[in-house]
Order: sequence, then C-alpha cells, then structure tokens
Amino acid sequence: MDINAASVIAAALAIGLAAIGPGIGQGNASGQAVAGIARQPEAEGKIRGTLLLTLAFMESLTIYGLVVALVLLFANPFA
Amino acid sequence: MEILDSLIVVNSYTLAELEVGEHFLWKIGNFTVHGQVFLTSWIVIGVLLIASLAATRNIQMVPSGIQNFMEYALEFIRDLAKNQLGEKEYRPWVPFIGTLFLFIFVSNWSGALVPWKLIELPSGELAAPTNDINTTVALALLTSLAYFYAGLSRKGLGYFRRYIEPTPILLPIAILEDFTKPLSLSFRLFGNIVADELVVAVFVLLVPLFVPLPVMALGLFTSAIQALIFATLAGAYIHEAIEGHGGEEHEE
Repeated sequence: MDINAASVIAAALAIGLAAIGPGIGQGNASGQAVAGIARQPEAEGKIRGTLLLTLAFMESLTIYGLVVALVLLFANPFA
Repeated sequence: MEILDSLIVVNSYTLAELEVGEHFLWKIGNFTVHGQVFLTSWIVIGVLLIASLAATRNIQMVPSGIQNFMEYALEFIRDLAKNQLGEKEYRPWVPFIGTLFLFIFVSNWSGALVPWKLIELPSGELAAPTNDINTTVALALLTSLAYFYAGLSRKGLGYFRRYIEPTPILLPIAILEDFTKPLSLSFRLFGNIVADELVVAVFVLLVPLFVPLPVMALGLFTSAIQALIFATLAGAYIHEAIEGHGGEEHEE
C-alpha cells in the first residue's frame, strides 16, 4: 500500500473512530439533560446552557480526530 | 495529493472554493507569514476598535444604540469572568478574557458572514483569522502565559508547588498538562472553524443553493460557542493557577 492510500484510510479511521466516543458521551449528556428538564422544567434555561457548553467540549474530541485527518490529507508530513 | 487536487479542480464556485494549505505568503525579513490572516485580523481588530470607540465617544447615563449594545457585551463578558474566577478575583482579568472572547467571536463570525472569497488574492484566500492554526496557537499560548503570570504573581515560586502538591508521582502528568492545555485550546478552535468551513464548502459543491443555509446557521452557532468556550477555559485555567489544588483558600 503506498503512502497516499494509507493516509486516506488513516484519515477516514481517525475521524470515524474519534466520532464514536463523543457520540456516546453526547447521547448520555443529552439524555440526562432531558431527564433533568422533565423533572424540573423551571431549570430548563440553566440546564440548556450547561448542556451546550459540555456538548461543545465533547465535540472537540471529534474535532481533534478531524484535525488529524485534515493533516493527513492536506499537510501530510510523510507524502 | 492527487485526489484532493482533483476535488479543488472540480469545484468552480468561487464562493466556496476548497483550498486547504494555500496561503498568501508575505516575506518579512527571514520570516514567511500568512498575509491573508494578517489582512483579515486587521479588519477584525478595526471593527472592534471602531465599535468600542463609537460606543464610548458620547457616553450617556441612559444608554442607547451602540453604547447599549456594548454595555450588554461588557456585562456578558464580566459575568463570564465572574463565573470562572469568582467575585473577588475576576476584575483584573476581564480585559484579557474579554479581548479573547471578542476577537475570536468577531473573527469566527466574520469568516461565516463576510463573503471574503469575492476578493481575489494572488494565492490562497481570505477567511476567518481563526481558520489558520497560527492564530489559534498564538491565542492559546497567550492564555498559557496569562495563567503562568497569574499563578506566579499570586504565589511567587510557591506556584510550582502545585506540580507536586497531592503527590510527586503525578509530576510528569502535571507538566504534560501545561503542554496539552494550549494544544487542546488551539486545536479545538482551529478544528471547529475549519470543519465549519469545509462542511459548508462541500455542501455548496454538491448543492449550491439553499441547502447549505442550515449548515451555515449551525456554523454561526458553533463558532459563537467556540468563542465562549475559549474564553471560559482561559478563565478556568487562570482560576486554577490562582486558587491552587486543594481549594484551601476558600474559607475567609
């Protein structure tokens, strides 16, 4: 396998695998937030704000994978 | 790479060209700098300067217009800093955190709202300043400097006690943390902005009309959140440096 093909596959794996964990985490967090809102509808604003912030934190883990993928595709140090 | 080169060739819509790794290079002495980043960040700085000058030029007791808006922005930033740093410590750090927030926010939104790509450059293209890893690394390193300064000025050399505070076994991890903090800050911001831009570009490539609009709206939302996160994390890191691990300074 030449280095270009390997890099493309590695990029796909990087973003794909990096999406698994944050996906599970975001699902958990959102589910808990919905449960929290259902229990205490008056706290919705606060819960939503915190949820968005934490979702963005989890999202950034996938984004790290994306950065690696982009480096492999556009600024490959080996090709 | 050949695949990506062909992707760039296929895309003929000038509003969303996929150009990654192309730069408008300036040579200053021995340094090569990315000119397009300088141009856009000067514009962003100019916008911020003009807005703050216009807001403070004619201050009224009852604010209206731009003064009202800027007071709202200031209040927002102050609350942000207060939430992270606490009532007593937050005031000296409002300018720093506020500058970070406003610069990143206006940069991100300028990338999404201003049709930079209509302006032709010899090479590369204008985009949000935060679309370039150098900008975000600079901002993240400034944050690192800020929290080191905060800790050192507060505790002197005792600041370094926090590396061995619970147990010296964690020393390597504590040192590593100082490197991962700016790394994650810069990659998070850079990755999010580039991801937005790429997703929008790919959508425009596939369907040039209307379909990319929701994605663009989502991009506006995430870039605002990213500015908020950067500022929040800067505040949190500074607070951590000031306060120390055990939180033993809480009682007073």
